[in-house]
Amino acid sequence: MGSYIANTKEQQQAMLEQAGFQSFDELFSDIPESVRCRGLSIPAGLSELETMEQMEELAAKNKVFRHIFRGAGAYCHYIPAIVKSVTSKEEFLTAYTPYQAEISQGILQSIFEYQTMICELTGMEVSNASVYDGATAAAEAVAMCRERKRTKVYVSAAVNPEVLAVIGAYCYGNGMEVETIPHKDGLTDQQALRAALGDDSACFYLQQPNYFGCLEDAEEIGEIVHAAGAKYIMGCNPIALARIPTPGECGADIAVGEGQPLGLELAFGGPYLGYMAATGKMMRKLPGRIVGETTDKNGKRAFVLTLQAREQHIRREKASSNICSNQAHCALTAGAYMAAMGAEGLRRTADLCVSKAHYLQEELGKAGLRMKYRQPYFHEFVTTGGRAAEILTALEQAGILGGLPLNETDILWCATELNTKAAMDRTAAIVREVSQK
Amino acid sequence: MKLIFERGSEGQGCAVLPACDVPPVTLPKQRTKELRLPQLSECGLSRHYTELAKEVHGVNDGFYPLGSCTMKYNPKVNEAAASLWGFTKIHPLQPEHTVQGCLEVCRQTEQLLCEITGMEAMTLQPAAGAHGEFTGLLLMKAYHDSRGDKKRTKIIVPDSAHGTNPASAVMAGFTVVSIPSRDDGCVDLEKLRAAAGEDTAGLMLTNPNTVGLFDKNILEITSIVHEAGGLNYYDGANLNAVMGIARPGDMGFDVVHLNLHKTFSTPHGGGGPGSGPVGCKAFLAPFLPGRRPAGREKLHWETSSHSIGSVKAFYGNFLVVVRALSYLLTLGREGIPEAAQNAVLNANYMMTKLQDLYPMAYPGICMHEFVMSLEKMKHETGVSAMDIAKSLLDYGIHPPTMYFPLIVEEALMVEPTETESRETLDEAIAVFREIWQKAKTDPASLHEAPVRTGIGRPDEVGAARHPILRYEF
Repeated sequence: MGSYIANTKEQQQAMLEQAGFQSFDELFSDIPESVRCRGLSIPAGLSELETMEQMEELAAKNKVFRHIFRGAGAYCHYIPAIVKSVTSKEEFLTAYTPYQAEISQGILQSIFEYQTMICELTGMEVSNASVYDGATAAAEAVAMCRERKRTKVYVSAAVNPEVLAVIGAYCYGNGMEVETIPHKDGLTDQQALRAALGDDSACFYLQQPNYFGCLEDAEEIGEIVHAAGAKYIMGCNPIALARIPTPGECGADIAVGEGQPLGLELAFGGPYLGYMAATGKMMRKLPGRIVGETTDKNGKRAFVLTLQAREQHIRREKASSNICSNQAHCALTAGAYMAAMGAEGLRRTADLCVSKAHYLQEELGKAGLRMKYRQPYFHEFVTTGGRAAEILTALEQAGILGGLPLNETDILWCATELNTKAAMDRTAAIVREVSQK
Repeated sequence: MKLIFERGSEGQGCAVLPACDVPPVTLPKQRTKELRLPQLSECGLSRHYTELAKEVHGVNDGFYPLGSCTMKYNPKVNEAAASLWGFTKIHPLQPEHTVQGCLEVCRQTEQLLCEITGMEAMTLQPAAGAHGEFTGLLLMKAYHDSRGDKKRTKIIVPDSAHGTNPASAVMAGFTVVSIPSRDDGCVDLEKLRAAAGEDTAGLMLTNPNTVGLFDKNILEITSIVHEAGGLNYYDGANLNAVMGIARPGDMGFDVVHLNLHKTFSTPHGGGGPGSGPVGCKAFLAPFLPGRRPAGREKLHWETSSHSIGSVKAFYGNFLVVVRALSYLLTLGREGIPEAAQNAVLNANYMMTKLQDLYPMAYPGICMHEFVMSLEKMKHETGVSAMDIAKSLLDYGIHPPTMYFPLIVEEALMVEPTETESRETLDEAIAVFREIWQKAKTDPASLHEAPVRTGIGRPDEVGAARHPILRYEF
């Protein structure tokens, strides 16, 4: 019913005639008759009111949980109101990629600020303008490490399976071989890693905190990787980075991660944000857009997309990646979030995550769920010993999304600043009830 | 403009978090490197971003005829739909019975897009056009591999293609065979015949092509590739010209990618997030990545039998898909071809009103965009395509795409889109004509443009030579 076309039928006809045509059909005379479409088999268009009604109906078919104790790659954090106010500005929302610097300084500067914040968070020297998500950032990082004689990729078995799957698909494309290093009691098996790495190893990818929430000895692992002459990639939770040793301090060559915790909605998995930062040495291998500072012809500070010689529109088949769009609007969101929280706010968020997760774990322990891995952890942990399906169903009935079931007995839990003591007590009480049945 | 780090002062900030209601726990190992982030009051923060927004030209700030990018209006109802809590507050790993609405959004969108493209299966997982290309190429690779046909290592790409095409082909492990276009911008059938053979994995083609023409020989092109045993890939960058008018599936294409952020009106966000669904014929469906909705009454996720894995975590840029669905429902079966018709009309109207001054690279009927060449102008007056583009900035018009396609010298590619009114087009035509006169009478002033923007032309060479990529505290 609506098509957002401004011109009336009469105006359209007049324009057609002025352009030398009698009908719309003539405009498409280059299209062979045999491929002309004679009407789509889809419903008729709707008014705005009807469209909104249908969308609301669809949204209402989903269950919004009041309390969420599930992470596993998507984390529920508080998003300050100012963040939404910034990101709903239509100039940011509707603009294209800032190729015309003179009328895009706002976007370019916001990306430059984001790059700076990512460097601060990761302790790395350079950041790009972001990629699609944490998983593709990991896969792109792996591709950066390829050298003529180094084509084997090692990944810890304690990484998010979503990330491993994406690394696998990218490597199916580029021909790099992927091997996983087993974990031992929830942590990457360092001996196995040392034994696996060799002259043909391109890189090792470590997740920190890992998929089970455990904190790896990232510095030690970095030394093992570098001793074999391979590159070291760390995939880190950005909220944790406010507290844990940075990839820069751990000797990483590339730091990547899922930026969703930095002010982005859960949104059923996207859009999210892949952050990517590297050492200065690897700067020219970074894929994607990068914003740099320069001056305009009058000497005024200006920002531009730079180092474009790496990119597909210049290098075509010799480009470092095919990536074209970044997640600019998500990077803007993350930047506004980090600015609103500040270093102190981000540290406090991390501290709340840690404290709440430990409280939850203790209470669940009292309710009969044992810790599966006895390792230091950030805001996620795995329990074992209960009947996962029954526990989660009981919680669901109380409006609580429990942890992610990993199998019949193990559950991966997560707590953040959003989870109150009262909600955690209630969760533990429900678990106790189910366990005692 | 001040950077966010240059505003505020030590100790300023926003009060966001409550006190801790459980015993505090500290981590055994902590970062020692100082963390420096902005320290700004909420008011300061708000003003900073408002100031930044003023230095951005969005679709609502004026005409945006950026060729190949389809900068159509972004309807507000789509935004309203994408901000419903029933979509934004949903964890991607919730149990299936609690996300039936999300699954249905995915399924409805898949079905509508399949019908529009003439494809039989679709994945919404790719996050952007280039990501879709990569995904489509992996499908082609997996198909040949599954048949033990290991010798098909080459992808044919016309020299008029977007740079992403060859770059994606290389990422998917193929080598690229570039074939020159004919003088009329279309595929040279003889060259294609010569290039196609036992080592051909497939062809990547944009149609309407990147010079804004519909390739009349499309059926012959796709059958040459099929006869050689290769597959045909449709780059959906220009689908806006033909949606509801002609379907890639009927043209002989086996796999397509779409850009929801171009054709289906979702906002570009200053360079993302986009969404690049990939559709394919049934024989390629077993290789599709990720999870796709299946079932009748109750929907559930299903993974394809020979899936290439995942190209992104979870299911794609879901909120972008929500916006596109809202758009598809609104337009429906009449609105979709109507949008294409008016996109093509607006382009032809503008071209007609400019071609006496601006030489068109390919005269005749154009589709949704047209390419002008400023080669002669540059030769005669020294005014380049860049100068014309930069002059447009002073009139509040976003310039056309410059220097693309690469096969046209001093190219400016204009795509008005269907949502622009005749009034806007007439105003823009007048501006183009005025700039033409200036180029003839006062070329020096054009080299100086723009003068009314926040900054003048930036030193890009300096930026690349001495990269400053972060603020130094």
